[in-house]
Amino acid sequence: MAIDAATVRKVAKLARIAEPEERIEPLARELNGILTWIEMLNEVDTDGVEPMTSVVHQGLPMREDVVTEGGDPAKVLANAPKAAKDFFVVPKVVE
Amino acid sequence: MSDLTKLTLKSALEGLESKAFSSVELTRAHIEAVESARALNAYVLETPEKALEMAQASDARRAQGQAGALDGAPLGIKDLFCTEGVRSTACSKILGDFKPTYESSVTANLWRDGAVMLGKLNMDEFAMGSSNETSAFGPVINPWRARGETTALTPGGSSGGSAAAVAAQLCLGATATDTGGSIRQPAALTGTVGIKPTYGRCSRWGVVAFASSLDQAGPIARTVEDAALLLTSMAGHDARDSTSLDVATPDFASFVGKSVKGMRVGIPKEYRVDGMPAEIEQLWEQGIAWLKEAGCEIVEVSLPHTKYALPAYYIVAPAEASSNLARYDGMRYGLRVDGANLTETYEQTRAAGFGEEVKRRILIGTYVLSAGYYDAYYLKAQKVRRRISDDFDQAFERVDALLTPTAPSAAFPLGENADDPVAMYLNDIFTVTVNLAGLPGMSVPAGVDSKGLPLGLQLIGRALDEGSLFSLGGVIEQAAGFTARPNRWW
Repeated sequence: MAIDAATVRKVAKLARIAEPEERIEPLARELNGILTWIEMLNEVDTDGVEPMTSVVHQGLPMREDVVTEGGDPAKVLANAPKAAKDFFVVPKVVE
Repeated sequence: MSDLTKLTLKSALEGLESKAFSSVELTRAHIEAVESARALNAYVLETPEKALEMAQASDARRAQGQAGALDGAPLGIKDLFCTEGVRSTACSKILGDFKPTYESSVTANLWRDGAVMLGKLNMDEFAMGSSNETSAFGPVINPWRARGETTALTPGGSSGGSAAAVAAQLCLGATATDTGGSIRQPAALTGTVGIKPTYGRCSRWGVVAFASSLDQAGPIARTVEDAALLLTSMAGHDARDSTSLDVATPDFASFVGKSVKGMRVGIPKEYRVDGMPAEIEQLWEQGIAWLKEAGCEIVEVSLPHTKYALPAYYIVAPAEASSNLARYDGMRYGLRVDGANLTETYEQTRAAGFGEEVKRRILIGTYVLSAGYYDAYYLKAQKVRRRISDDFDQAFERVDALLTPTAPSAAFPLGENADDPVAMYLNDIFTVTVNLAGLPGMSVPAGVDSKGLPLGLQLIGRALDEGSLFSLGGVIEQAAGFTARPNRWW
């Protein structure tokens, strides 16, 4: 089995999702089910194949390095769970 | 119910132009239809005041001879599109009461052309699902029922609300999005037309991101021509999306009704999968016969890596999703659940805000991108993706388009695949290849099964050749004479 309970806990930590203890074993089973099915990709010979990162056959467009939008803090903060003056209010990070 | 909701988009626009009725009358008829169809759960937000305001403005424009291409036509908008000042949630609890302060480029294009917004349509949470059951607002009920039965069926997903609303005549057309089949599979399950255009045709700006290298917007409509009218308005270059293609948008409706004589249509033998219902196999044969009668040359082709598309997708899409959905941290918008410290606040917010399928995909994505597994999973999947794309390139050296079934089954009962993620994923087996290769794909209703449920055929084209799909789709639509509508029970 590729994924055990410890791996689920580690991945959940990396993904910043609190998973309750009773979900750890079921998740290990579900994720293993999916990954076992995905294993069939190993049948494909991909030696020398260039990985495909984009289907768009054009380079990234360039533009002048100038401000195009912005300058509206009220709009930026309109949906903030907590805001004060022109700032987001977030939990304390540095003690 | 008023006959005005039974019109096609095309005939409604003609009626508006000839002053047979006003946009306010047309919009009011649709608002009433929406209000009386809440049992379907297709709309997660109705915006009747806004709709009437937009309809009045449209009537005023038309009176002054300044009507746009879609002026006065009431549409439904999938909740994945950000709409300025109107709650947009991607049907996730984590976006809470999010009211964008901007408008998505695709919807802005529709409003530029005069369309009217009836409200926001239900969908699977963050477009992750094939049955609409992962929505935080609960599933959409398919307006179609099996003959003589009352079992609630899925309209498919993720654009289940869009498909159900169009099928039940709760709008003249709807926006939708497709990352692995989310326009075409629900279109097939509801007897509607859906097209996912070439990647880059429609701007992704203002569309809540799921898997950025795969996501594309497109319309769901009741006819091929209506889908063409909507896509012509929705598409177009947008500097705010760096993957938006800087190409002219053709008048897609001009391709509908064009002769397809001499066109070569490929039949990929790998799409004959084990366990496919005989009725779908027969419909496919019927589709081949219709295209032959219309003068197409039918060519058997091979897409040898087809069966690897779905597992490759279930690495690429969750990987991109885990990265895209990292933005939901409870700090700038949406839900925040306070924990003892910053990390706990993140963890509690995301635990409370995301549903089970979204969490599962974020965890898979995080796992395949994590140190030590990247090469084995993510890089491998990207190489397989290249193989799949190469298969299409080779096929399109010999043919102009491909014909396949859209989905491996008709609409199934809600709850059927709820505890088996892989069984649910198999719904997209015929549609997901197109997303990986960035090609256009269209689902056209082509018949009903023995229970009276709709079935669709899929057309796949070369990049930027939606035109051929509209021509071929029009031929299938006409040959099939698909006029079946769900019997109103809601």
